[in-house]
Amino acid sequence: MKKFQTITSTYVPLPIENVDTDQIIPARFLKATTREGFGDNLFADWRYDKEGNPKGDFVLNDPTYSGEVLVAGKNFGSGSSREHAAWAIAGYGFKVVVSSFFADIFRNNALNNGILPVVVSDDFLRGLFNASKADPKSTVTVNLEEQTITNNTTGECEQFEINAYKKECLLKGLDDIDFLLSNKDKIVAYEQQRTYAY
Amino acid sequence: MKTLFDKIWDAHVVTTVPDGPTQLYIDRHLCHEVTSPQAFAGLRARGLKVFRPAQTTLTADHNIPTMGQDSPIRDKVSRFQVDTLAKNARDFGLTYYGLNNPKNGIVHVIGPENGYTQPGMTIVCGDSHTSTHGAFGAIAFGIGTSEVEMVLASQCILQTRPKTMRINFEGKLREQVGAKDMALYMIAQLTTGGATGYFVEYAGEAVRHLTMEERMTLCNLSIEMGARGGLVAPDETTFNYLRGREFAPKGERWEEAMAYWQTLHTDEGAQFDKEVTFDASQIKPMITYGTNPGMGMPIDGTIPTLDEIDEAGKISFEKSLRYMGFEPGEKLEGKPIDYVFLGSCTNGRIEDFRLFAGYVKGRKKAHNVTAWLVPGSWQVRKQIEAEGLDKILEAAGFELRQPGCSACLAMNDDKVPAGKYAVSTSNRNFEGRQGPGARTILAGPLVAAAAAVNGKITQP
Ligand code: SF4
Repeated sequence: MKKFQTITSTYVPLPIENVDTDQIIPARFLKATTREGFGDNLFADWRYDKEGNPKGDFVLNDPTYSGEVLVAGKNFGSGSSREHAAWAIAGYGFKVVVSSFFADIFRNNALNNGILPVVVSDDFLRGLFNASKADPKSTVTVNLEEQTITNNTTGECEQFEINAYKKECLLKGLDDIDFLLSNKDKIVAYEQQRTYAY
Repeated sequence: MKTLFDKIWDAHVVTTVPDGPTQLYIDRHLCHEVTSPQAFAGLRARGLKVFRPAQTTLTADHNIPTMGQDSPIRDKVSRFQVDTLAKNARDFGLTYYGLNNPKNGIVHVIGPENGYTQPGMTIVCGDSHTSTHGAFGAIAFGIGTSEVEMVLASQCILQTRPKTMRINFEGKLREQVGAKDMALYMIAQLTTGGATGYFVEYAGEAVRHLTMEERMTLCNLSIEMGARGGLVAPDETTFNYLRGREFAPKGERWEEAMAYWQTLHTDEGAQFDKEVTFDASQIKPMITYGTNPGMGMPIDGTIPTLDEIDEAGKISFEKSLRYMGFEPGEKLEGKPIDYVFLGSCTNGRIEDFRLFAGYVKGRKKAHNVTAWLVPGSWQVRKQIEAEGLDKILEAAGFELRQPGCSACLAMNDDKVPAGKYAVSTSNRNFEGRQGPGARTILAGPLVAAAAAVNGKITQP
C-alpha cells in the first residue's frame, strides 16, 4: 500500500443519499479474479447507457468536475460487502471519500485499500456541495496527520475521527496482514487456552 | 452482567491493539467464488499457506447457472471464476462443495443445514448476508476480500467492537405475517442506516416463537439496516434443529456443547447501547416500493408523498420512484407484475417452498408472470421432492430450478429485463440488482406466491 499524504484537490460532488455498492460497481462486473480494471466500471449504470456511451448528465462524465476526492451524500457504501467497490473507487483515482455517514463494511474495505473515508457533519457536507455548484474548481484539503478537512472556499475546517491504529497504517502504508502475521504466537496460545473447543 | 454478544465476543478476543481494533479469532470461515480469488492470489504473492485449513469451507453459488449444472458453465468468464475456486481448494487443501456436490448450495443455506453453524461461534464470509448464521446465537458477519485474506492467513480478523442494540418484538404475529414482513417492517422504521455501527440481538415473544428458518430470515436482513450482524439467543428450537445434523457434535461432545450453549443468553439487567421495541401484532404483510430495503410499506399502504420526505432525502427519493415508475402517494395493491423470484439466502429454504406451494396448490400461475423458483441448496431441492412439493408446483404451472444465488444478484443468466417488475423474496431492491433496469419489489414467500398466481400485487 502507498503512504497516505495530505491532499489538496478539486472534488467530484455526488449529492445522492444511500449510494449502495451495487451502484458503485454492479454485480455483473464481479466475475474478475484480479483487483485490476474496476475503475472503468465505477458507477457503470449511472455513467453509461445501454450501448456503453457515456451519459452526459452524470457527474463523472462532466469534464468541469474532477479530483482525487469524491464527496457523496449520506450513508455511502451500503449493501453488499464486495471490496470491488473500494477497488473501483481506488482504480478510478479517488484517494478520499467524504460523506456524512458510511456503511460499516465499506468503511473497512476502503481503509484496507488505502482510501480514506472522511465523516463530516451534514452542514459541512452541504457547504462542499454548495461550493462546487458555484465553482466546480473549488478545492478541499484533507490532512490525515492532523485529522482535519478544510473547505477552501469557505475556510471552514472540521476534525474527523479515525482510530490510531488505522491512521498509523495509512501513514506508513502498512496493512493488517503484516500485523496479524507478526502475532502468530498469540494466536496459537489463544487456541490452546480455549475452554470450549469447536 | 453481559449481553449475549459480549459473551461470544469476549471469548474470541486474541488481543487488543492499543488504541485500535480487536484481534478476533474466527471459528468458521465460508468462501465463495466471487469475493475470494483476489484473497488467494494475495496468499500466493506473500508465499503463505492457509493457517487453519479445517476451518474454511468453499462453495460455488453466486455466479452459476440454475439450469443445466451438469454441463460446463457456458459463460467463459464465470466458468473461469468457478474453476479458480476449485483450483484454490486443491492448492490450499480446503473442503469444496462444487457444482453437483450434494452439499452444494448458497453459502448461508448450507452452513446451517449441515450443522456447521453452531451457537457461540464466530463465523465470517465474504458476503454481507453472513448475518444469517446469527440465528443460532453466533457472531456472524460479512467481510471484504482483504479480510478474507486475513482469515485465511491467520484465522483472525481485526475489528472494532460494535455497539449493541436489542430489538424486541413483543406480542404475537398475525396470520399470514412472517419473518420477512417483520424484517421489512423493522427496516422501514429504522431506515437503511439506522443500525450502522451496531450488532443487534433480536428478542421478545414473537422472536421466541419463530422457527429456526424464520430466525435466519430475520437475521439475514440485519445488514439491510446497516447492522454488522444480528443474533438470537439459542434455545430448544435451536438445539432441536441442530441435533443429528452432520457437523453437529455427537454423543458426549453434544452434552458438553449443550452445557456451554445453555450459558449463551443475555444476563438479566445487562445494558445495551440502544433498545427498540416493536409491537408484533401491528405488522402486516409488507412490500417495498423503492430502491432500498428501507422503502417498505404494508401491501395496502400508500407510497409517501413528497412533503413526508425531508429536504436532504428528496433527490434520492424522487430518483428512486422514477426508477421504479411509481408516483408519490400511489397505492400499489392491484399493480400488475412480470416476474416472481422465490429463492436466495433470505427465503430459499424448505419452509419458504412449503409456504409457496401451499398457496399455489390447486391454483394456476398467471400467464403474464415468469417465475423463477430456485432452492437454496441441493438438500432443499431434495426435500422439496421428498415432500412432493415439486408435483404441486408443476401442476400449478411452475418449474423448479437448480440451486444458487440466481436472480438475487443476477450474475448469471437469471436477469429481470429492464423496466419489468419482479416480486422477489430476496433481500435487495437496489437499482439494477436483478439486472440492468430491473424493478424489484421485495416481499415474503406468501406475497410472492399470491403475485405469481394473480399476476399482480395482492394480499396473500
Ligand atoms: S443469495 Fe443473494 S444475498 Fe444471499 S449469498 Fe447469494 S447473492 Fe448474497
